[in-house]
Amino acid sequence: MTVRPTPRPVRRHGVRASAAVATVSAVNGLSRALGRGSGTVAGGRAGLALEPGLLATLAIGRTVALVSGTNGKTTTTRLLATALAGTDGSAGVVSNETGANMPAGHVAALAGAPDAPVAVLEVDEGYLGRLVDDTHPLVVVLLNLSRDQLDRIAEVRMLVDRWRTVLGGLQAPGPGGRGTVVVANADDPMVAYAAGTAPDVRWVGAGQVWHDDAVGCPSCGGRITFADGGGWGCDRCDFSRPSVDADVVGDELVLADGSRHPIRIALPGQFNRANAGMVAIAAVPLLEAIGSRAAGSGPPSVDQVLGRLASVTEVAGRFSTVIRAGHPVRLLLAKNPAGWTAIFDLLDESGSGDAPVVLAVNARIADGLDTSWLWDVPFERLAGRSVVATGDRRLDLAVRLRYAEVDHVVVDGPLAALDHALGRTEPRSPAEFLGNYTAFADLRRVL
Amino acid sequence: MNGSVGRRLVVCVVFPDLLGTYGDGGNGVILARRASWRGVDVELVQAPSDRPLPEADVYTIGGGEDGPQVRAATTLAEQGTLVRRVEEGAVVLGVCAGFQLLGRSFPDASGRVQEGLGLLDLTTRRGSGARAVGELVATPLDGGPLMARGVPLPRLTGFENHAGVSVVGPGAVPLARVEHGVGNGGGDGTEGAWSGRVLGSYLHGPLLARNTALADLLLGWALAPADVPAGEAARLEPLDDFEELALRAERLEAVDAPAPGRLRRMVERVRG
Repeated sequence: MTVRPTPRPVRRHGVRASAAVATVSAVNGLSRALGRGSGTVAGGRAGLALEPGLLATLAIGRTVALVSGTNGKTTTTRLLATALAGTDGSAGVVSNETGANMPAGHVAALAGAPDAPVAVLEVDEGYLGRLVDDTHPLVVVLLNLSRDQLDRIAEVRMLVDRWRTVLGGLQAPGPGGRGTVVVANADDPMVAYAAGTAPDVRWVGAGQVWHDDAVGCPSCGGRITFADGGGWGCDRCDFSRPSVDADVVGDELVLADGSRHPIRIALPGQFNRANAGMVAIAAVPLLEAIGSRAAGSGPPSVDQVLGRLASVTEVAGRFSTVIRAGHPVRLLLAKNPAGWTAIFDLLDESGSGDAPVVLAVNARIADGLDTSWLWDVPFERLAGRSVVATGDRRLDLAVRLRYAEVDHVVVDGPLAALDHALGRTEPRSPAEFLGNYTAFADLRRVL
Repeated sequence: MNGSVGRRLVVCVVFPDLLGTYGDGGNGVILARRASWRGVDVELVQAPSDRPLPEADVYTIGGGEDGPQVRAATTLAEQGTLVRRVEEGAVVLGVCAGFQLLGRSFPDASGRVQEGLGLLDLTTRRGSGARAVGELVATPLDGGPLMARGVPLPRLTGFENHAGVSVVGPGAVPLARVEHGVGNGGGDGTEGAWSGRVLGSYLHGPLLARNTALADLLLGWALAPADVPAGEAARLEPLDDFEELALRAERLEAVDAPAPGRLRRMVERVRG
């Protein structure tokens, strides 16, 4: 994200906070110089060790938006930051765009952009409470909640209950005071329950293909049933889909007043159109707060916001296409059953039915150590394609594919796997690479 | 396949809508495929919790969250089908939450004691320490339930993720002795429990993906006539399990000789 220095009041940090900020920069510089990753986390960690209140200090005086949820965080954060950047010629926007979404990453991002008045932060689901407390966000965007990294976040419902407590403690924005607008996906009962206690919620019907974690009613333990038209409700209590302020219908955002606004973005997939719809609703109160006015026009509109999103063509390599030995290879990231299912929808939508697919799965700390989730992914949908399994846990993938009755070969190393897949196709024909979090990063590092 | 040919085998995944959180539905898929690859006419049924549980020969019950676990146990008790089918000789594999609810009692989210189905002499309470999360390896007990042709099955490998501590009573038998990990956690170093044709374990992975010998033992029980003594299994022709065996070897090695993996993860943590 472009960070534009702007004149703003000098923030008075305590001596310890100033020293901590200096430490963040020093450690990050050192970390980069040593070639140890991008250095976005190491410095933040060092700074927080020196000054535990550093995140709160760094957030003072900024307009903050938080984006959380299981899937789509990084993309939505990028879209929202893009929607806000440079809108009135001065608004510098800082964002943790590398996906370092725990407090050390937030500290590193904010310390690196002391003059940016706006911060758009992607937040790990488990840290939402901490970020709300420390940054007093104007907007919190909640996308979806489903199973992910169960070794770390034991149960989706525990997370939902924690969110609900945090969001219930928010204040609605009022004149002169702090307050928070929650922009929440009404199609995910887990999100709807969590956000239900917040004083100011803008509900967006953003869709949710994955319902398997939301069948048990989070409110009463009853059963949630899903209707074909997108509605849902509990069979025992009155918990049901909230009436929405906006609905994502195909490639349009339909507002409660019936107006329809085209979502024309470069990123593929229905889930990205849904993310864009959430961003359009979230950006309006932020733009109002920043004081943005498009030259000569009135208050910010969803059409202006949606128009800005078309410039995003990839997000940290995700959805990008690289050329390898003359073949276009699309790079896709999915981390959990809901994400993989959405990506399979995208493959179907793209009509690349006979393109070979490389699947790469690791189970490092950032991925979750347990690979059982592979059995919740409908790999059967890849039947008939040429599939190559790779990554640290390629043998888990191979066994899963065997029982899905999908023909596959196992190749060690993401690049070797890709080359193996390409070697079996026509010249210049496309291929797809799907990796989970660190497996995706492994490929990007060697490409 | 002693008397099993021509018989239709029904494998039922119990309440995947409530107890499908940890990928344990894979156990049902694995049993059904391994039967079908041997020419057995098999039907795999995913049984949602809002409909009567179908009649099946094998039931697999998976792990899930505390609230849905209570709902599943209550529903299964109300319907009565599972308990009746066990009396009629059906095979049951319960994992994690699905293991606990087969026992006499288990704790709900608030710590209150909930009644289980009583198919295993097992009581589960909330552990006082940290949640048990990680790779588990356990050796089947000699003379215990996991024997094939007089020899214990190879070591069990899987991934455990639970807060509950389970104590196996005199009416059931533990499956295996824990080498690495926690397992039942009651202090006797055991993992899992068995009684008749009902078997429970804490292991995800899923359990049967990494332990095909156990999958075939259960299939053998299911394909044996109901009047043979529990534990007597039909003999199955072997399958070419080279991928499962490679996975097993890799997972066991990760626990037996973890140094490179651990070192690499430590380096990753430092690098961030």
